[in-house]
Amino acid sequence: MRYIEETSVMQNMNKRLFRNKLWKALFLGAVTIALASLVILLYRIVTQGADYLTWDFMTNFASRFPEQAGIKAALVGSLWLMLVVAPVSMTLGIGTAIYLEEYAKKNKLNDFIRMNISNLAGVPSIVFGLLGLTIFVRMLDLGKSVLAAGLTMSLLILPVIIVASQEAIRAVPKEQREASFGMGATKWQTIVRVVLPAAIPGILTGSILALSRAIGETAPLVVIGIPVILQFLPDGLLSSFTVLPMQIFDWAKRPQEEFLFVASAGIIVLMVLLIIMNSIAIFIRNKFQQRY
Amino acid sequence: MRTNEQSPSVQAMIAASRNKKGKRLLEKTMPKLLLLTALISVLTTFGIVFTLIFETVEFFNRIPLLDFITGVEWLPFAGEAQYGILPLIAGTMKVTVIAVLVAVPLGLAAAIYLSEYASDSARRIIKPVLEVLAGIPTIVYGFFALTFVTPVLQMISPDIKIFNALSPGIVVGIMILPMITSLSEDAMSSVPKSIREGALGLGSTKFEVAIKVVLPAALSGIVASIVLAVSRAIGETMIVSLAGGSTPTLDANVTGSIQTMTAYIVQVSTGDAGYGTTIYYSIYAVGFTLFIFTLLMNLLAQYISKRYREEY
Repeated sequence: MRYIEETSVMQNMNKRLFRNKLWKALFLGAVTIALASLVILLYRIVTQGADYLTWDFMTNFASRFPEQAGIKAALVGSLWLMLVVAPVSMTLGIGTAIYLEEYAKKNKLNDFIRMNISNLAGVPSIVFGLLGLTIFVRMLDLGKSVLAAGLTMSLLILPVIIVASQEAIRAVPKEQREASFGMGATKWQTIVRVVLPAAIPGILTGSILALSRAIGETAPLVVIGIPVILQFLPDGLLSSFTVLPMQIFDWAKRPQEEFLFVASAGIIVLMVLLIIMNSIAIFIRNKFQQRY
Repeated sequence: MRTNEQSPSVQAMIAASRNKKGKRLLEKTMPKLLLLTALISVLTTFGIVFTLIFETVEFFNRIPLLDFITGVEWLPFAGEAQYGILPLIAGTMKVTVIAVLVAVPLGLAAAIYLSEYASDSARRIIKPVLEVLAGIPTIVYGFFALTFVTPVLQMISPDIKIFNALSPGIVVGIMILPMITSLSEDAMSSVPKSIREGALGLGSTKFEVAIKVVLPAALSGIVASIVLAVSRAIGETMIVSLAGGSTPTLDANVTGSIQTMTAYIVQVSTGDAGYGTTIYYSIYAVGFTLFIFTLLMNLLAQYISKRYREEY
């Protein structure tokens, strides 16, 4: 009597192997669909907007006429926004990360701070807009200014910067800190001269990625009420201004078809800005990141 | 030339250094300063909760809470304004469900492929490229939904209106897909190799290993990633504002115009509802509802990944 029926085992085996192949193809199909949607999205925008992407487009202010519409005020406004968001969010974010990684003992307050940060990261951006509208625009009476929008955006990306900085600081090996203490350095000296220099590439990479999120974010600024049609450039932190995503949003809503091409051109400018920022982040990571 | 002066002993140097006033001050104040920066994030949460409650209370002084929760009509701009939130929640749910139907199968399948089938070099290329999808601003996705996905859907089925739930739903799905793929792939990759090899040694195919061994072991991480993605879909604003329309309806129709909670806030913000009007306060009530939804989702995700995590 045979214990193993070879024919039925082989049949069964063939079925299982076929199923394996079939599902592998399906899984690969899912990856392909995801990648294809990225390609289609980029292709559509480049082909739609390329014709409108002229030098005039870069140097003109907004206009009722699609041929004359330009992105100057929005582009400069986005850079102004970064002027506020970068220092504020990085100071707060890196400070928090140093505190949590180097000083915080395990107690209820610090546990609460940690839990709070992870919850803050999940709050929808539009809710930050409501916060900004009530606190910064009305209560502190900053108006719809660069400063009010910048502070709102800073709080929005703060959790991202904190988490990225924490990871970078955590990656600095303990031995380096101990060596520094062994040489007689104080805690703060160790942090400033040993930990931070080693962690700075990681912190910068994370911060730039967070800033690139802020530059593409629209919803909080819509809620704050940032104007769209502006014929002047901001001249200070309390000046009113507009940004690239707001300008694109306005164009995309317009009924005339030409404005869709203008919006595409605006998106190309925004995406180029994002690509530049991401490239800098990747460059810093590859060039300066140390592996321990 | 220090024959005259006696060189200070090491102990004296340490003592001198300890007593330097500036340094001691720095050592003492820096932790406190840093704690202050850390408290800003706590303050932000309090600020959000305070803002929402403060302004929402004013809204509920004018509109009874019960009408808000159980009302089936949302007509703030009508002569006799109606503030029943259910139609807005229905709009948000439609988009979220469609997004989940798109993103979960595709995202999980992609994650299984990357974690179980793909070579290291292929994964090293594909994963960052997918993460590019996560970095694209939502306004760009919204534009894509309006100018590409909707016309394509209209070619397939002429019943579909210019503004509908289907197109933003699909595009929100594409937006949250990399989140599901990336987090699920992390969860699956952290399942130890020895467990896989055990199953392979017993004669399993790769597919059987993936479905019967890796997937159950990584389930908590996968479910948490899906819940987080759902939370993102609920809070998504620009895609639904551009492609979803502004007609709050309480039904299950996905081919016609809808309005989500976020899109309503945008509609009011871009309009000219004056400060102090009921419409102005209504965006805070809607924002508060939105905040509660996403907060519950985030807490659920944290609970799942903590409670059901398998430690190896």
